[in-house]
Amino acid sequence: MGQKKKIKTKVISQKKIADKIYDMWMEADLAETAKAGQFLCIYPHNESTLLPRPISICEADRENGRLRIVYRVAGKGTEELSGYHADRSIEILGNLGNGFPLEAADGKRVLLMGGGIGIPPMLQLAKDLRQEGKAAEVTVIAGYRDSQLFLKEDMEKYARVYVATEDGSVGTKGNVMDVMEEHGLSADVIMACGPMPMLRAIKRYAGEHGTEAYISLEERMACGVGACLGCVCRTVEKDAHSHVNNARICTDGPVFPAKDVDI
Amino acid sequence: MNTKVSIAGVEFKNPVMTASGTFGSGMEYSEFVDLNRLGAVVTKGVANVPWEGNPTPRVAETYGGMLNAIGLQNPGIDVLIERDLPFLKKYDTRIIVNVCGKTVEDYLEVVERLGDTEADMLEINVSCPNVKEGAIAFGQKADSLFAITSALKKKAKQPIIMKLSPNVTDITEMARAAEAAGADALSMINTLTGMKIDVHRRKFVLANRTGGLSGPAVKPVAVRMVYQTAQAVKIPIIGMGGIANAEDALEFLLAGATAVAVGAMNFVNPYTTAEVVEGIERYMEKYGIEDIHSLIGSVE
Repeated sequence: MGQKKKIKTKVISQKKIADKIYDMWMEADLAETAKAGQFLCIYPHNESTLLPRPISICEADRENGRLRIVYRVAGKGTEELSGYHADRSIEILGNLGNGFPLEAADGKRVLLMGGGIGIPPMLQLAKDLRQEGKAAEVTVIAGYRDSQLFLKEDMEKYARVYVATEDGSVGTKGNVMDVMEEHGLSADVIMACGPMPMLRAIKRYAGEHGTEAYISLEERMACGVGACLGCVCRTVEKDAHSHVNNARICTDGPVFPAKDVDI
Repeated sequence: MNTKVSIAGVEFKNPVMTASGTFGSGMEYSEFVDLNRLGAVVTKGVANVPWEGNPTPRVAETYGGMLNAIGLQNPGIDVLIERDLPFLKKYDTRIIVNVCGKTVEDYLEVVERLGDTEADMLEINVSCPNVKEGAIAFGQKADSLFAITSALKKKAKQPIIMKLSPNVTDITEMARAAEAAGADALSMINTLTGMKIDVHRRKFVLANRTGGLSGPAVKPVAVRMVYQTAQAVKIPIIGMGGIANAEDALEFLLAGATAVAVGAMNFVNPYTTAEVVEGIERYMEKYGIEDIHSLIGSVE
């Protein structure tokens, strides 16, 4: 209890790192307990934008109490965020959801797959698996639209990074699954975040190859803490909390074993 | 200073409650708010059996508000009795269970099951705009509302609160029907039916197409309806609709509500309920108000 809290803090720095993609560091003691795959709810100041914006944690500097988010401007709320400069106050609720299960990677060859704005959580995940986890091998496949390879160099500090681009300008032309095929990659465990078609492909692949897979889902949210039941996903079995085939992405996820969700 | 209010013989330490569906069964928000500070926790609607609710997207933001079409997903009365009521019982706050159903029999079954529990009051949801059967069908016609209220009053061991829909021509007609059938109190307002369209995709934003509008955008409508209804009936009213702070809550009290509930704003600020309690106390202190009853319905 008491792990989640809403705080008013401030922006340390922000820069644009690709078309519509922004990279922000903020002060937050929440960093101390942040796990890869968890997310924050960020509250725009404009009062016409009522609901918080759920954004995944890209990196947590636990020693210095700093959190990093990398997000895409998708509407009024993220547009406002993108205009924040250093020292601007920012309201956040965190740390939300369950992260990726690091222990599932112990002694295993792990493949991290990020697509588009699903790439950012892969950075902290690669870092944790390398520094704290006991994975035998960590490899990243990142799928981008074009040659704007945001976060690639950051991830290369912790893992070998393969790239796919939709326009074929860098790496494999196509998506993250095409990279697996082209390079003949396989893994004992897959951890992924990205658009739904990519997650469906990973779930299918994992099912066919008997590979353990964990996928991070997203859905329109309101409360972020499991009360409103806005952001549910379909589950294969009856969920222990809801007693129907729905789990709360914000609280029971956002990371789920791929075999447990019906997507 | 007295902040205690009483509704149908049930005493509340203060008039601040949670609006059904926005606070789960209290557990999720107990990490943020000391539930002992609240007048009551009103639970998410519960039916006789678990309900799956609607497909997603279930929520959408609108200007100063939000639409929801959750569709009353709930784990059913067994789970509420075994898991949620014992949790709430640990706190010194009143428990109001919101009840939903598809048929009169469904509602009666839930109300009977709750008879021997520690629920202090029952709030009857006859106004959810997001489910096809039941719910709102009972809340938009005065004769159906009268019938279901009478039937429930015969079985209910606890006092019952009828939660009214604003999606009617004359809400006072509905309020009078509920009062005539023996309702002990009224909750108002439930959400206003709305719609949002994504012009770039040319699609409805909500899977259910329509949803219930709540949040600050609806507050003036809610205050007006509470005022009108307070003039029309003698039973107490629990006022809600976009309450974000103590001033908003005080508007409802001045308009004639005996108690208030915080809804969508819990999502924006999880500490809202406790802040409203403290803000009302500060207001009373500032204006030298000894008893909260001197505020209720005192607008001039």
